[in-house]
Amino acid sequence: MKTAVPAKSVGVRQPLVDGVEKVTGAARYTADLAPRGALFGAILRSPLPHARIRGIDVARARAMPGVRAVVTGEDCALPYGVIPIAQNEFPLARGKVRYRGEPVAAVAADDAATAQAALDAIELDLDPLPAYFDAASARAEGATLLHDDKRGNLERTVEQDFGDVDAGFAAAALVRERSFHYAEVHHAMMEPNATLAQWDAERGRLTLHSVTQVPYYLHLALARCLGLDASAIRVIKPCVGGGFGHRTETLNFEIVAAMLARAAGGTVRLELSREETFITHRGRPETDVRLKIGLAGNGEITAVEAEVVQRGGAYAGYGLVTILYAGALIHALYRVPASRYRGFRVYANTPPNGAMRGHGTVDVRHAFEALLDEMAVELGLDPFAVRRANLLTAPHRTINDLQVNSYGLAACLDAVEERSGWKTRKGRLARGRGLGMACSHYVSGSAKPVYWTGEPHAVIHLKLDFDCGVTVLTGASDIGQGSTTLIQQAVAEVLKLPMSRFSVVANDSTVTPKDNGSYSSRVSFMVGNAAIRAAEDLKRMLVAAAARRLEVTPDDIEWEGETCRVAGTDRELAYPEVVAEALKDAGTLNARGAWSTPPETQGGSFRGAAVGTSAGFSYAALVVEVEVDEDTGEVRVIDVWVAHDCGRAINPLSVEGQVQGSVWMGMGQALGEETEYGGGGLPLRANFLDYRFPTIAESPPIDVTIVEAPDPNGPFGAKEAGEGSLSAFLPALTSAIADAIGLRLFELPATPDRVYDAIVARRRAERVRRAVKAASQEAD
Amino acid sequence: MNKRLLSLTVNGRRREEAVADATLLLDFLRETLGLTGTKRGCDGGECGACTVLVDGAPRLSCLTLAARCEGTKVETIESLAEGGRMSALQAAFHEKLGAQCGFCTPGMVMAAEALLRTDPSPGEDAIRAALAGNLCRCTGYVKIIEAVDSAARGAR
Repeated sequence: MKTAVPAKSVGVRQPLVDGVEKVTGAARYTADLAPRGALFGAILRSPLPHARIRGIDVARARAMPGVRAVVTGEDCALPYGVIPIAQNEFPLARGKVRYRGEPVAAVAADDAATAQAALDAIELDLDPLPAYFDAASARAEGATLLHDDKRGNLERTVEQDFGDVDAGFAAAALVRERSFHYAEVHHAMMEPNATLAQWDAERGRLTLHSVTQVPYYLHLALARCLGLDASAIRVIKPCVGGGFGHRTETLNFEIVAAMLARAAGGTVRLELSREETFITHRGRPETDVRLKIGLAGNGEITAVEAEVVQRGGAYAGYGLVTILYAGALIHALYRVPASRYRGFRVYANTPPNGAMRGHGTVDVRHAFEALLDEMAVELGLDPFAVRRANLLTAPHRTINDLQVNSYGLAACLDAVEERSGWKTRKGRLARGRGLGMACSHYVSGSAKPVYWTGEPHAVIHLKLDFDCGVTVLTGASDIGQGSTTLIQQAVAEVLKLPMSRFSVVANDSTVTPKDNGSYSSRVSFMVGNAAIRAAEDLKRMLVAAAARRLEVTPDDIEWEGETCRVAGTDRELAYPEVVAEALKDAGTLNARGAWSTPPETQGGSFRGAAVGTSAGFSYAALVVEVEVDEDTGEVRVIDVWVAHDCGRAINPLSVEGQVQGSVWMGMGQALGEETEYGGGGLPLRANFLDYRFPTIAESPPIDVTIVEAPDPNGPFGAKEAGEGSLSAFLPALTSAIADAIGLRLFELPATPDRVYDAIVARRRAERVRRAVKAASQEAD
Repeated sequence: MNKRLLSLTVNGRRREEAVADATLLLDFLRETLGLTGTKRGCDGGECGACTVLVDGAPRLSCLTLAARCEGTKVETIESLAEGGRMSALQAAFHEKLGAQCGFCTPGMVMAAEALLRTDPSPGEDAIRAALAGNLCRCTGYVKIIEAVDSAARGAR
């Protein structure tokens, strides 16, 4: 018998296991699933940004032929929201509308045209209230409150002090303070929002397909808002066309679709337009950062003080988590001995903000790295040197109780310094060309889940049957990041069987175990660990069966996947023989694995300490080369070199793809992306022409170096790869612009008009300086 | 609404269907023929996800009236794999990770298909120019360029 070679699946450049469907058009997304005869849902949205609802008259709409259901805020009295202590949003507005475009009523009709006509027939009686589109006016004395219980329109104020900040600044050789402003940005995932809701009237059961990243949260919100027993609901996540955080919280249209299906007693397809998808928003908030850093003469950080104000939109959503992240992850990248953080999350009459790739950390990281860069120049230090002066040594516990167990930043710095030719090229490029660098990091899953149920953080089930195939059952949501592939690789690696022995069934609440979902880069780390444990559980059963058959003890068995043998002998069994033996008494085998974060990684005990915690931090360093046209203000990115410490690359192909995608998304925010609200809160950029993210024409090559500093808690040592390198791009870009034309920008995105305005302002200031100097010489 | 009988060839198959004058080719493909591989990603002409070939030329099916396709040959993403074999472009997008979430992929692949039919050896600039109307939010386009380049080289 020829012995099969044990299969190797981890560390292999593995194309996505669901990739064939994606390139052949066979992959089915929510809007592809509607059965013939499904009703068309449509949402009526508020024309005003802030108003009291005096009445909604739906009588004419309801009477129209072909209209099967009309629902309003009267049909759902329970608020929902992703954070249990901050639920203040209704699927359809009740009492007040708080942003332009907020859903107020919805219809289901036989066809799309009838649904639209029915919306037009609904009469809204609204009493306008003063509306606020920036944080300052919403916070101003005497401003009308969006929510009666939130004075000053402040959703959450954070005050966190660690170490002796004043002593730190006093001991510094250089203290500098700057203010920064960042535009609001949106996820702009390619698949527009859509939900298919099917109501089984005879049984009183709901089946819902939706674009969610966290089917579990959606399941909870549906049960709550529809007053249904959770077991009467089935939530399925089909293929999802990206998310980037937009779909981590349950969104209003998902609940509205379910309300319509129940009211109509049938199946409703609710597909939002791109404009409506923009209005659903939940992106990164408009943010102001005031930052102060103290540095010793050698570049060591002595103290940091930050004040962050976020315009969070009309409802709580993830807000308190975002404002806590902004402070928490000032730490764990460098050694910071003292910090003072003041965070203000402000309600305003704009669509609610939420989680977006790099949740809460991106704008503050820009401010931090940009100021560090500026101060390094003042101290006569190279930007790389000032980072190297502040490196951590793992294991390290930060002053805000984050536990860093692995740290590859030094290797990341070395890699991009070399690959970009920094030492020979920095400062030697022609005017208009520049090099800049920065660093960043991110969590591999929040160490504390949103819902404290006492359950493990991740669970995987395996089924092994007569066909010798292993079915992996997971609730983890693949939204394009490749988690299904990674989970299959992890299980295959442990069992040493080829990938072809496995299939993954994901995200059907009647079949798959609950998962906390795809957010905070938790899936690779947590579900990966659960997958390893499940595979070990199954392997233990198989080894026991092999031992039984070969009449030895399990310790004598060498497991090699397609074969196993008694150690030191040539007595072998083929895998199918082992499976037959294992199934003999019990039949179909089920194995399971679960994983939770170690307690020491779950943070301190101060208020808000849970946010920012992680069982493993990823690290990144990045260099960007730009060309700046001083006549037009246009910034062109020529090249990007990034090194990302992902602990261990389970799938190097995917790691590259994730790192390139996140760096590029950072580039979009840095160069051009911004939402904008005009008069009366009208969204001015709710389409792909005005919301400008880069096309293929202006996207640069992105050179990725994978750095592996294995984490003791990570699956095979792995950490996250999909978020951590994003935020390094923004400060590297402004640093490169400063290198190219000697101009520092304190407002992003660096659109041509902003850059040009800054160039003109600098010229004017220079002229004034010269004139004053000349005048004073004349006077002499 | 006024309807007319539309005759055309879709993915090599003769079709005759009654369509309303205002029906978009995208809706005709997705709703009438059930060819859901072609995606709607925007509110009209912004993203390229609905790109199909009409008589070999790339067209945004969301800006094309079905009625204007009388007598034409329409090709969608579903037509490229033959006899269970992915086309060179499809295989390259799969193997090089040119698709992550996959939503832009059908339009991206069809636009690239049109390019390779007219220019079998495109340089990087030609690839960028041909795909400039197709947005992707996952990949940063790096591996998309690699995929198209690799398919072109493989076919030579």
